[in-house]
Order: sequence, then structure tokens, then C-alpha cells
Amino acid sequence: MRPYQKYSGAGKAKNRQRLKERQVCQNRNKIVDNLEKVILEAGLKDGMTISFHHHFRNGDYVVNMVLDAVAKLGIKDLVLVPSSLTDIHAPIIEHIKNGVVRRIESSGIRGTLAAAISDGLMDIPVIIRSHGGRARAISCGEIHIDVAFLGVPSCDAYGNANGYSRENVAASACGSLGYAKVDAQYADHVVLITDNLIEYPNVPFGIPQSQVHYIVKVDKIGDPNGIMSGATRFTKNPRDLLIARHAADVIEASGYFEDGFSMQTGSGGASLATTRFLKDKMIAKNIRAGFALGGITGQIVSLHEEGLIRKLLDVQSFDLKAVESLKNNRYHYQIDASYYANPDNEGSAVNQLDIVVLSALEIDLDFNVNVITGSDGVIRGASGGHSDTAAGASVTVVVAPLIRGRMPTILDKVNTIVTPGHTVDILVTDQGIAVNPLREDLAYNLKAAKLPVSSIEELKAKADRVVGKPEPIKVEDKIVGIVNYRDGSVIDVIRQVKKER
Amino acid sequence: MSRLRRTMLYVPGNNPGMIRDAHIYGSDAIMFDLEDSVSLNEKDAARFLVYNALKTVDYGRAETVVRINGLNTPFGREDLEAIVRVQPDVIRLPKTERAEDIQEVDRLLSQIEDTIGMEPGTIQLIAAVESALGVINAYPIAAASPRLVGIAIGAEDFVTDLKTTRSLDGIELLTARSQILFAARAAGIDALDTVFSDVNDEEGFTNEVKLIKQLGFDGKSIINPRQIEIIHNIFMPTQEEINQSVRIIEAIQEAERKGSGVISLDGKMIDKPIVERARRTLDLAAAARVYV
Amino acid sequence: MQIIDIGMAGTLESSDVVIKIEKNPNKGIEIYLKSSVENQFGLQIRKVIQDTLAKLGISDVIVDVNDKGALDCTIEARVKTAVHRAAHNTEYRWGDR
Repeated sequence: MRPYQKYSGAGKAKNRQRLKERQVCQNRNKIVDNLEKVILEAGLKDGMTISFHHHFRNGDYVVNMVLDAVAKLGIKDLVLVPSSLTDIHAPIIEHIKNGVVRRIESSGIRGTLAAAISDGLMDIPVIIRSHGGRARAISCGEIHIDVAFLGVPSCDAYGNANGYSRENVAASACGSLGYAKVDAQYADHVVLITDNLIEYPNVPFGIPQSQVHYIVKVDKIGDPNGIMSGATRFTKNPRDLLIARHAADVIEASGYFEDGFSMQTGSGGASLATTRFLKDKMIAKNIRAGFALGGITGQIVSLHEEGLIRKLLDVQSFDLKAVESLKNNRYHYQIDASYYANPDNEGSAVNQLDIVVLSALEIDLDFNVNVITGSDGVIRGASGGHSDTAAGASVTVVVAPLIRGRMPTILDKVNTIVTPGHTVDILVTDQGIAVNPLREDLAYNLKAAKLPVSSIEELKAKADRVVGKPEPIKVEDKIVGIVNYRDGSVIDVIRQVKKER
Repeated sequence: MSRLRRTMLYVPGNNPGMIRDAHIYGSDAIMFDLEDSVSLNEKDAARFLVYNALKTVDYGRAETVVRINGLNTPFGREDLEAIVRVQPDVIRLPKTERAEDIQEVDRLLSQIEDTIGMEPGTIQLIAAVESALGVINAYPIAAASPRLVGIAIGAEDFVTDLKTTRSLDGIELLTARSQILFAARAAGIDALDTVFSDVNDEEGFTNEVKLIKQLGFDGKSIINPRQIEIIHNIFMPTQEEINQSVRIIEAIQEAERKGSGVISLDGKMIDKPIVERARRTLDLAAAARVYV
Repeated sequence: MQIIDIGMAGTLESSDVVIKIEKNPNKGIEIYLKSSVENQFGLQIRKVIQDTLAKLGISDVIVDVNDKGALDCTIEARVKTAVHRAAHNTEYRWGDR
């Protein structure tokens, strides 16, 4: 206990500023002129950990902008913990070479950066985490973020920020700030970077003023075309449509398709298209979903607006329609990554899922799934919420073509395990369906509905008869990536691919 | 169960990706094309490709059809020489105008079958009629060979021959379609409709499928796998039709057991056409995986 | 068959392969392979090309291969086409395995 003493900030007992210029206190303004200044003020030093979010996907300017400023200041050996990285982040290669970046943890890496890292660019392996696993690591202190640099499409001068704005058309709108919210909550210093400063208070907000230390206004935080990529456009690929139709049949027959069910669809043409075929079945059987979770797409929004899905829990908005819906629909709700998928908190939303439909680059006879390395062994994908939703959902459906080009999707062993097979229940391909032997109940239900169910071994044999048997990828001893499961354990490692010739 | 030919998926003969995957979409038949979709200087390449595909790829339950080049082109005979040896179910002859066209193919097929020791008559035929003369000769063509299992109309060349173009309601094709259908029924073979080329016009396509089904056609050639489900749905019998058909078949079986000649159900006599219709309904239902 | 010209067949579409054949007098078969699945199927692709050439009785050629994931049956078809074109030969001898 201590006796009362009159509070005095900067020599004055009361703040007498007008609303427009009101700040933390008279001599401390959250708005800082430029990035270099804010990096110094936040006290960023060699060896510290900085974080970013990937809500701007392939339109993100923030990561490159901040790293350029950091490099200019001569700060070295940083640990980068973005929620994910994409093609646009290729300039990181230079920052690794010149020592600015020493280590990376991310859900995914793509493009030339991924290829360079796979080829042994870094001394310390990259750590791949799922979205839920990252949220867990941040909240338990396994990842300690010194400074979070978070691009925000709308923000007021006091730090209330969001992925859209109800007051104007935010140029860089991205919808939910689900992944950024965790960083804002736990980072020692939170720097918001915006191109859209609006009047106090910016409501609704995804990130509250109480968590924000600094704000920097820049010309542009992202490229709207890259933020709203074509990734969720409705596919016309007949093979994807075929897989999607099978997946919808599987869901209908699973035993979980009843009024009030909950669902999530992952990215990828077939997975997204499943929604369309499911819609017809929902109407025909007069079944409505209780909620849809996860990355929210325009198609999911359509079902919501037609009354077929009651509520949407949105950790990431994939397209403009989803952004508009988050802005306007009262049962479309923004959630953070920890609420979404953290395995260690007192309740994450993935545990409430009945059905999730996910993609796969490879799957093996034990139903282990790889979504991180391509058939050549090179890093090219993202862990995302794959293992989180697979673990949480009652029915995990993985959709994939039986053959891609000449590469079979089903292998004896996947090159990299991201999601363990015991959490994967059904594989749906364009040429048949296989049920994990652990789920006799589902196998029984699907067979009763006369769906073309066979064993995964039979499906594999079917593909091998067409393409032949691929030789295994040859690798070096050097480990370039460590794949963490959502609980923080190491589930697999990624090795440098051997270059022949 | 008699062969269903609701959907015949058209696959350009020089496209390995499409040739590889043609069977996965569940069309009743796959038509590998060596004719119009293959340019003149790629005829040899397409022939090798289709030959090798039929030799090695397992197309499962799909009926395999190869559209060869006409025998009046430099390619038709070589097509037959090659393709018969890998034994597709059916050869489709384009631009058929006279019964003699079919008879000539029939004769060549018999020669090749004999040379390679294949059971005579193994390879079946579909005649495609694509001109006014062909339509006029529809019945003689349909009756020209025991190998024939179907007669098809190819509309694109036909409307050009008529000096008109295709319309959405298909009025310009009505007479020809009817004529083809009469010929098919008179000869006891299938009547097969032409392609609908605007893949994105689902409504127009649906209307056309309903029209040809009502006319009596057995099926249709298609150019995109997305069209398969629409046709199969339109050809799918209703649950009521299925139930009634099951009762009809049960009634004849019952009558056969009892040895009674005249069969009736719900006070109505069941005659041969009713039984045939019931059988076809159950075939269609089985193909659509509907509970019987 | 005698190789008297350069023969090409195939396209760069996915699941196809471009094969270019030219004569290589008294120097045997030389295969130059570029493939999207080289690490997994490189040996198999070479084997199919060798086997096909042997069946056709061709021994002294340079084979340029640009593969986009073609199946064995496609590779064989393209090699046969290219060889016949390079030999200006239209005696196809169907059915010879």
C-alpha cells in the first residue's frame, strides 16, 4: 500500500489539450514522423525479435519497408517472426545476406525467398509454425516480440486500428486483423503503420489504443490488387469442381451434416468450391450451418447473407466481399489467432468445428499431410491453420487431385509432415475417396451412401499405374527448416535439396 | 444393362493432358478425335498419341470411341489401320452421307480384324451425319451395318450446308434431329445429339438437353466435363418413376413365376413397351447411383 | 529407318513433351533432357526414349527433350512421331510392339 499523491504528467496535473491534438500526454505524441525515428524510439537493437502480420498477403509493403529502414540504421542479427511471408518478400534475401536478418519463424514462405532458404541461404533453420501454434508460442513467451510492426488500413491518432473503416473506403482494406491482434497484445512495443489516419475514435477497432505505442503514417502500406488476390475466385477447372462435388457428397453423408453444423474451408480451388455444392444440399435438405470459421471468403459470405450460415468467425478475410461483410454484417465477427486456434488456451474455435475441408500438396499412406514443401522438396507453401483445424474438427476432409502433372499426390511417406495422419479423416480425390482406418464410423456412413470409397493404398496404386513410381528426393545433411506442430513440438525437419550435375 | 450413351466427352487427339484424364469425369463415353480438332500437319502425331493412350491407359467403365478422318481424306485408312489394333469400343465415322460410306468402313474393319486375328465384328460403329444429303439418307445409313450402335448429328457443318447458323432454340435443327431419331429407332440403334459450344451458357445448354431428351435422343456429345452433370441430372428419372418401374419389373417376375400370360398392375395391363421403358428407367437410375 | 532430317514432335503444354531428333552419325544415342520432374522421373524418361528408339531400330541420334510431365505413353508417341518425321517415313508398321 502507498499513500495517495497528486499525479503530475510532464509538470502539469491535467491535460488541457483539445480533442484533435490530444495525445498520451503533452510531450508524448504516439505519431512519429518516419520509420527510422520510430525504430530508434522503440529501442530496436541488434539481435532483437520483430514481428509482422500477413493480412496484406502478396500486396504487403510493410515488411520490406521496415527492413530497409532497419538496414539503413545498421541494426543486425534480427529474428523475424511474421505470421507468414509471400512472393513479395523476396528482398529479405538481401537482408539475410547482409546480416540484418539472422533467423526466421513463419507459417509459410513462398517464391524466390523460399527457394533460396531451401537452398541453404540461412545458417539457422527456419521454424515453421501453424497459426494456432504461433499464437500459443507468443502468449506463453516462447516467442518474445520486442517490436511488432503492424500495417493497419485504418487508424486514429491514438492507435485504435482496424483492417477496414466504416468512415471511408480504406485503400488497403484487408478485413480482419486476426493475426496482428495477438502481436499487439503481447509485443513489448507496438508500432502501427498506416496510410489512412482518421478521426478519433476509430470504431469499430480490431486493435485497441491501449496496446499501441507508436504510429507512423506512410503513403501506402500495400497494393490492393495483391491484398485481394485472385486466390478465392471461383474455379472453372473441371477437375477441382469434380473434387469439390465429391467433397460435398462426403460431407452430406458423413453423419455430421445436420442443422446447426459448423464448417471451415481452406484455401485452394477445390476446397473453396465445395461451398457451392454444399449450398445446394443445404437448401435441398433445409439445413443451416451454425457458424463458419477461419479465412472467410465471398462464397461463405453469400451463404451467410442468404441465411444458410448464421454466424461467421473471421481471423482472415480473403476477398473484398468478405471485407464488406465484416464491415456491415453484425454476425460477421473478427477474432484473433489465439481465439481461433491456440491449443493451450481455455477454448479455441477450431475445437468447435464439425467439418473442415483442407488442401494438400502430398498425403501418405498414414494420412500425414504435407502443405509446406513441393514435390521437388523445396519450400513453397504455408502451414497456416491446417494442423490446427485438422486437430479440432470432428471430420477433417483433405481434397487433392490424385495426380498433379506427373506427380502422384499419395506417397508412401510425405516429404514433410505438417499435419499428423491421426487428425486427418478422409481423403477426397478426383478418382476416389479414402477413409482413415481410425474412423470406421465415417467409412460406414460413406459406404452406406454408395460413395466410391476405397483404401488409400488402392488409390495410390491407381495413380502409380498411370505415372510410374517417382524416385525419392535426394537431400543434403543440412537442415533448412524445422516444422513445429501446434503444441510446439518438432514434427519434422526440412533438408536442403541435393543439386545434381 | 444396355450401354448408356447420355454423354460422349470429346477429347482433342493431340492433347496429352486431356487424353490422360478423360475418364475421370464420369461421362458414359469418351470420343478421342483425330478429325476436326487436329490440324493437317499434326495428324500423324495425334494418331500415335491416341494409339498409345488406348494401348496403355485404363479408361475404366467409359466406352472408348475414336473419331477417325473420313476415308476420302489421306488419313482415314491409316487411322483405321492404327486404331483397330488397340481395340476401342467404337469407331465414329464423320461426315457420313451414304450407306456405302459405312459399308466401306465395315469392309476395311473386317479386313483388319481378320489380319490381326480379332473376332470379326468386334469394333462397333457410330455414323455421324453432317450434311443435308446425310440427313436425307439417315435410315439407309443407320441400317447399313450390323456394327452400327448409333447415328449422330453433327450440327456445325450441317447448318453451314443448310446456309444458316445455329440458334438457341434450335429450330433449324428440328427436322434433321427428328429424321435422325426416326432412322435410329427404325434401325434399332441409338440417336446421339450434337455438341453445344458455349460452355458458359448453362441455361441454353440445359434447355437444349431437355429438348433432345423430349425428342427421344439417347444422349449428346459434349466438349467440357462441366456439362456432364447437367445431362445426367436431366436424364435421371424421378424417385416416383423409379418406384413405379421397380413395381412393374416385380410384377412381370411374379407373373413369370406363376406362369400367367397376361400381366397387370393396378388394374392396367403391362405390355412390352411399358416393360422396356421400366428397364431403361432402372438403367438410368443405376447409372446415377440412385437407390433402387 | 534412316534419319535424314531434323524431326520434331510435341508441345510445351502441361503433360506433354517436345522431342527433337537429329542424326548423330556413328556416335550413338545422346539424350539432352530438360524436365519439370527431372529429379523424380529423369531416369525413367531416358529409359523410355532409349527403349522406343531401340524398337524403331534407331541408333545414332541426338535427342533433345523438353518435358512438361508427360506420361511414358506420351513420350513414346512423341518419339515415334519425331523419328518418322526425321526419316520422312510413312510406313508405320502398326502393331509392332
